[in-house]
Amino acid sequence: MSRTAPWGLMAEFAGAEALVAAARAVHAAGYQRAEAYAPFAVEGLDEALALRPRGIAAACLIGTVVGALGGYFMQWYANVISYPVDIGGRPPHSWPMFVPVSFSLAVLLGAVGALIAMLWRVGLPGLYHPVFNAPDFDLATRNRFFLCLRSDDPVFDPDQARVLLDSLAPMRISEVAS
Amino acid sequence: MTTPVLRGHWGYAAITDKIADEVLTRRPGLLWRLSFWSTFAGMLVFAAATVHLLRTGVGIWGVNVPVAWGFAIANCVWWIGIGHAGTFISAVLLLLRQKWRTSINRFAEAMTLFAATMAAIFPLLHLGRAWKFYWLAPYPDTMGLWPQWRSPLVWDFFAIATYIIVSFMFWYVGLIPDLATLRDRATGRVKRLVFALGALGWCGEARQWVHYEKAYLLLAGLATPLVVSVHSVVSLDFAIGNTPGYHSTIFPPYFVAGALFSGFAMVLTIAIPLRRAFGLHDLITEVHLDHAAKVMLATSTLVAYGYLSEIFMAFYGGDRYDIAITTDRWVGAYAPVYWAMLGCNVLLPQLLWWRRCRRSAVLLLGLSLLINLGMWMERVLIVVSSLHRDFVPSAWGLFIPTAWDWLFLLGSICTFAWLFLAFIRVLPAISMAEMRELGHEQNAVGAAP
Repeated sequence: MSRTAPWGLMAEFAGAEALVAAARAVHAAGYQRAEAYAPFAVEGLDEALALRPRGIAAACLIGTVVGALGGYFMQWYANVISYPVDIGGRPPHSWPMFVPVSFSLAVLLGAVGALIAMLWRVGLPGLYHPVFNAPDFDLATRNRFFLCLRSDDPVFDPDQARVLLDSLAPMRISEVAS
Repeated sequence: MTTPVLRGHWGYAAITDKIADEVLTRRPGLLWRLSFWSTFAGMLVFAAATVHLLRTGVGIWGVNVPVAWGFAIANCVWWIGIGHAGTFISAVLLLLRQKWRTSINRFAEAMTLFAATMAAIFPLLHLGRAWKFYWLAPYPDTMGLWPQWRSPLVWDFFAIATYIIVSFMFWYVGLIPDLATLRDRATGRVKRLVFALGALGWCGEARQWVHYEKAYLLLAGLATPLVVSVHSVVSLDFAIGNTPGYHSTIFPPYFVAGALFSGFAMVLTIAIPLRRAFGLHDLITEVHLDHAAKVMLATSTLVAYGYLSEIFMAFYGGDRYDIAITTDRWVGAYAPVYWAMLGCNVLLPQLLWWRRCRRSAVLLLGLSLLINLGMWMERVLIVVSSLHRDFVPSAWGLFIPTAWDWLFLLGSICTFAWLFLAFIRVLPAISMAEMRELGHEQNAVGAAP
């Protein structure tokens, strides 16, 4: 069994409910690095694996605040410090006029922040992944559901993992080469 | 449970193959080829006309003092308005958990991108010296100058640029899982490579989905105020000036309502031929037409309220110039445009009170074309009629569009249609990942899994 350690052990399921049930079972068995692959965002899968989005809302908020304050500061600096122009005695710091641009930049940088944080968190772009070697994995973006137990998981044992996955009645179990 | 949004029973594989095959395997039909190449020719004419404009100047258009803003500005307002429906469908309806958005959000977003691009072109052409457009952006120039932050035209630049960039990001994030599907299903090496690069290595892992959904929701939340703010800022270009007919506080909400009105009309103008050409009647059903028609009816009513409010405020305010421009719209040089606009935007949409009309594809297509025309006439009327009679009778004048004015309008429509026709052949026009999810939910509620 142990020629070179595989990247993980992959089980294939036909339905979303089976995947959620399997994910719940392996999580209960103590696996911390189980990975589930689905062709759409399956409801309940995140809870089954105790996954939560991290850092995206914060990055979005930071982007929004930086955009709003930065945009406002830019206009204030331009109109009050760098190039004050007296137009009919109006105050240089005419704040209501600075709102639209500050708002636009807040939205823009907030969106950029959320996007970058999302890509960063999920490791994209990363064009290669060992699971792409698994048989039938091209169906993971169509109609099949996969659950992978990674071999670098502290509780991973090849034989026990296979027994556990077998008990979940998958369509097939295969090793994922690293 | 309410009536299902989709018709029939669609499994994950069937729904994926149906949409993906339009891109990957299906040969384009004669109708598509004819439309593609004719709009391509129109795009080339538009490009050539642009070259002529840049070499000669905006004098080739009918614009002159006092009507210095003609079709170019009206077209810009019209196009950016059309673009609003895409973001409304994608973002606002997502936050409101409207399931029916799923079948139409992808191509509505593409429509938004292309319409906003058309909208961005016109003010640049109208600058006269289009190559100096970057003066609108703050950059460290050697003269030490800044943009005029108190000018709505600068706000416009920021609002529209933000809108295009955020709309693009939203559209692209939505595309990532679908590009992965295409990567896994494409057979040609080049196609696989291109889709693989676009998909960024997406493999549909649960951790990816969790973060993806969160980011998508946040982007929707950020795009939602843009639906309201962009056209409000556009309306301030007019409302901040003191020209009678421009200077009105009703303008921002009135413009936003008109934007959604024309935008949904354009969504139907696209959706009805699209579902027929691709046989998507199970995915874009009567329910979708019905809902979109209801939004059109509601926004038509809001627009009618805007018209009434303008008239009421003119007479209630008692300003003689406001009263003069109001009566001029009824009986003046552009009165036919005004009455035709009321017919298209207020009178005809009343048909939508009837359920049978809301579910008739042919009638809706005709109606949405007329509404697009009516909204275009409204934009022209706002821009032109207010300027042609302002304060001093000696400064009055007429705007008569030249052949070039019409050429630029038609050219932009051709370019828009050409971009869209190209889009539906190279990218999935309906979100496969979201349709799988919708099909999953609907099948779980219905029969056996």
